[in-house]
Amino acid sequence: MSVQHYQSIFGNASIEARQFNTLFVIFLAVCAVMYAAVIAFMLVALARRRRGGRANVMEDGRHHESDPALRTGLIGWSAVVATGLVALAIASFVADRSMASTAARERLSLTVTANQGWWDVQYIASDNSKMIRTANEIHLPVGVPVRIYLKSNDVIHSFWVPSLAGKQDLIPGRENDITIVPRKVGLYRGQCAEFCGTQHAKMALVVQVEPYSDFIKWWERQLQPAAAPATPLAKAGYDFVTSRNCGACHAIAGTPASGTVGPDLTHFASRRTIAAGSMPMGEGNLYGWIADPQSIKPGTKMPTIGLEPNELHSVVAYLETLK
Amino acid sequence: MNELERVKAEDERLARERKKIARDGPKLNGAKLEARLERTWRRPAGIVGWLATVDHKEIGRRYIVTALLFLALGGVLALAMRVQLAQPDAALISPGRYNELFTMHGSTMMFLFAVPVMEGVAVFIIPLMLGTRSTAFPRLNAFSYYMYLFGGLMLWVAFLLNIGPDIGWFAYTPLSGPQFSAGKRADIWAQMITFTEVSALAAAVVLVCTILKTRAPGMTLARMPLFAWAMLVVAVMIIFSMPAVALCSSMLISDRLIGTNFYNAAEHGDALLWQHLFWFFGHPEVYIIFLPATGFVSVITETFCRRPVFAYPVVVLALISTGILAFGLWVHHMFATGLPRVGYSFYTSASMTVAIPTALQIFCWLATMWDGRPRFPVPMLYVVGFIITFVIGGLTGVIIASVPLDLQLHDTYFIVAHFHYVLIGGAVFPLLGILTYWFPKITGRMMSETLGKIGFWTMFLGFQLAFFPMHFAGLLGMPRRVYTYPAGLGLELPNMLSSIGAFVVAAAVVLFVVNGLYSLYRGAIAPPNPWGASSLEWATSSPPPPYNFEHIPVVETRTPLWDAHGELPVVTGLRVDEKEILLTTVVAAAPDLREPVPAASLWPLIAAIAVGVLFVSSIFSPWAVVFGAIPAAIATAAWFWPKELKRHPEPVIS
Repeated sequence: MSVQHYQSIFGNASIEARQFNTLFVIFLAVCAVMYAAVIAFMLVALARRRRGGRANVMEDGRHHESDPALRTGLIGWSAVVATGLVALAIASFVADRSMASTAARERLSLTVTANQGWWDVQYIASDNSKMIRTANEIHLPVGVPVRIYLKSNDVIHSFWVPSLAGKQDLIPGRENDITIVPRKVGLYRGQCAEFCGTQHAKMALVVQVEPYSDFIKWWERQLQPAAAPATPLAKAGYDFVTSRNCGACHAIAGTPASGTVGPDLTHFASRRTIAAGSMPMGEGNLYGWIADPQSIKPGTKMPTIGLEPNELHSVVAYLETLK
Repeated sequence: MNELERVKAEDERLARERKKIARDGPKLNGAKLEARLERTWRRPAGIVGWLATVDHKEIGRRYIVTALLFLALGGVLALAMRVQLAQPDAALISPGRYNELFTMHGSTMMFLFAVPVMEGVAVFIIPLMLGTRSTAFPRLNAFSYYMYLFGGLMLWVAFLLNIGPDIGWFAYTPLSGPQFSAGKRADIWAQMITFTEVSALAAAVVLVCTILKTRAPGMTLARMPLFAWAMLVVAVMIIFSMPAVALCSSMLISDRLIGTNFYNAAEHGDALLWQHLFWFFGHPEVYIIFLPATGFVSVITETFCRRPVFAYPVVVLALISTGILAFGLWVHHMFATGLPRVGYSFYTSASMTVAIPTALQIFCWLATMWDGRPRFPVPMLYVVGFIITFVIGGLTGVIIASVPLDLQLHDTYFIVAHFHYVLIGGAVFPLLGILTYWFPKITGRMMSETLGKIGFWTMFLGFQLAFFPMHFAGLLGMPRRVYTYPAGLGLELPNMLSSIGAFVVAAAVVLFVVNGLYSLYRGAIAPPNPWGASSLEWATSSPPPPYNFEHIPVVETRTPLWDAHGELPVVTGLRVDEKEILLTTVVAAAPDLREPVPAASLWPLIAAIAVGVLFVSSIFSPWAVVFGAIPAAIATAAWFWPKELKRHPEPVIS
């Protein structure tokens, strides 16, 4: 996968995205022909009088007359435009219905709940103990129709992973859904597409499409609670995180931290990005983010709390254990 | 004396009185008539007269100049955004500030530039084009301008005081509601909308009545200039669309100010209600901006192809059907909100249908070029630039009318490219053309052709450089309204090109202003009809005297100045000692009544101040609506205070 298609509409990574491509090419071709016709007509119309010749103009006293051929032309032009539009409308209708028809066949479903600045992700399972919760990162098995339910906790957002599907809004008080059949393994980036406040620009997510077996392995790992810290430094970080206010917003399964205002951190370090796609996951970025979130993502709900250097070391060390 | 005799005696007395009234006619014409009319119609002297004027030409000029100043301000904001977006991960502008910038840019361009400038041009030129001395309701016209000015000033003063809105020009709830936008920023936006609504509605009423009732005798609806048709349709659209935005912004204000829950889903309100109401106004708004521009294109094409626009009835029907269809499209702004699929199909078809009247208009202009003998001074260059640019915007509009395509392209830079092609290519290009074209009528001097041509090419090429790459930015996944974007998505090149292009466009605007200012003082003196045009505004001097025409012209064809062999036929008999205009019938434009025109007055200004104080203070307290209504009521009562009628409106034949 080329880097260029990481967030491109032409990523072509799902059946829906492929249908989009076909339809887009049809529209583009018809529109290009229409445009060429208009410009050609204009150029000829502007150029033909340079050679002189009869014109129905006021100087010749014939300005109330007009070339009879133009009347035929007008009728022909109306017919061409109407036919073109009807053809495009039919193509659009067919594509729309065919995308809708996959909706009945989903075999996996999850709920994405938008919050100002980040995405909450919950995988639905018939057995409650198999449900998992994560944030800002979605894993999907290739070839499996998946339905994503879309909700919002605050304002209107829009779920958009261009390589996989068109966008769908997440609206408080309503529930939307979208069905996707991923067809290419790969990593795809998406981001919020409805203006949602200060950090609309840095409200991104990544979608990992992977073989079914990998997906099941990932799910099983997500089901595990957080491991107990092994090193003294990580233990100090654990103590800080659980004794201070981190747990008021964040949850880490298997610990007292159980907030739901911010992203679930149980398997935080296994994710690819920090702060809803703002930065790649890595020790350096993690230091920067924990030390001063407000300078990295101004306006984020995560406060800059002014950690001492030793506290910062220990918190980062603990978070890195949350694989 | 019985009743009958008394009536008869009174009639005779009135007839004697009428005989004493000075009117234009064979006995009163030439220099003597001009002097009398000048004395009657000129505005009162001094600063008070300047503020009190109800002359449509002065109000129109103020509208145009104010709107162009807001264009410049909105443009500066655009440049600031383009500097920030020129490179990925830039940090010149903070996210909060950037959100203010695009909110102010959109609001300024839509509400304070695009609509008012069209109204301003119309207020200036329509009475001249129709062959009358004044607009209908000239005081309402003045009131409309002052309300517009105060709304714009309030928004920009708030921005400079760092309480400018940051919720987007569309102000979606619940983001703009009390739960998510504390402070006064959203209220400032909503009240600016209120000012603009009042102003636009007032201007629309003035235009509808002017166009329907003050046309020169003989100018039947079928002979009316196409620009007047366009403005008639637009004014009616304003009257039908503004109530929707008035409703939704009032409900927003009430949610914010007195705790109603129209948009609060948690209290059984509905966040989507806003979008339906806003776009029921917002989509017609686009055509309110675009249709006047089609009128400009018709005017310029006719004059410089030396023949009337081909298939006049088709163009008129296209204008009317666009005006009607525009009200059935709003849902295409909401394809991603999860509506029923049948609704999707309906609004896809409706959105595509609106391409038909526009395609017909384009054919008619091209056919006019085909059948005429085109010349290429600056206004005509803008028409050619308009066709090349606008048609791209129209066709990308067809693309995004399709639901599956729109779900990808919606809210991306592809849309930003699309509507700038439509609004700049489709409306600003014709506007710059028409300002060049009517500059001699407005100022009495010609604009420089050389500077104009350089300006056109700078504008045309700069525009393409700025906005064409945005299509690609959108296809590569760049959403709108983001203050930055990460490196590595392929967005660097299109954004850098757009930023360079934006500065080229800015240079073209500066060139236009320089040309305007230079020509104002140094331009060639304009004769009455420098372009050899056909419509009535060219039948009087440049600039026109306060009374517009010595005698009211009579119209026998669609192109009166091209068909009048020798002198233009006129009617006489309007008073010259008091301001009076001739009203004609709606369809046939047969002489109907002689109507007195109100004198200059300060009350429209005072009423606008009173209403403005009410609007601004109601941002802070609901009681302002109660107490603020008192001065507003006093001002309007004084404005409409009944005066002793010196006479009744008179029939035309006396």
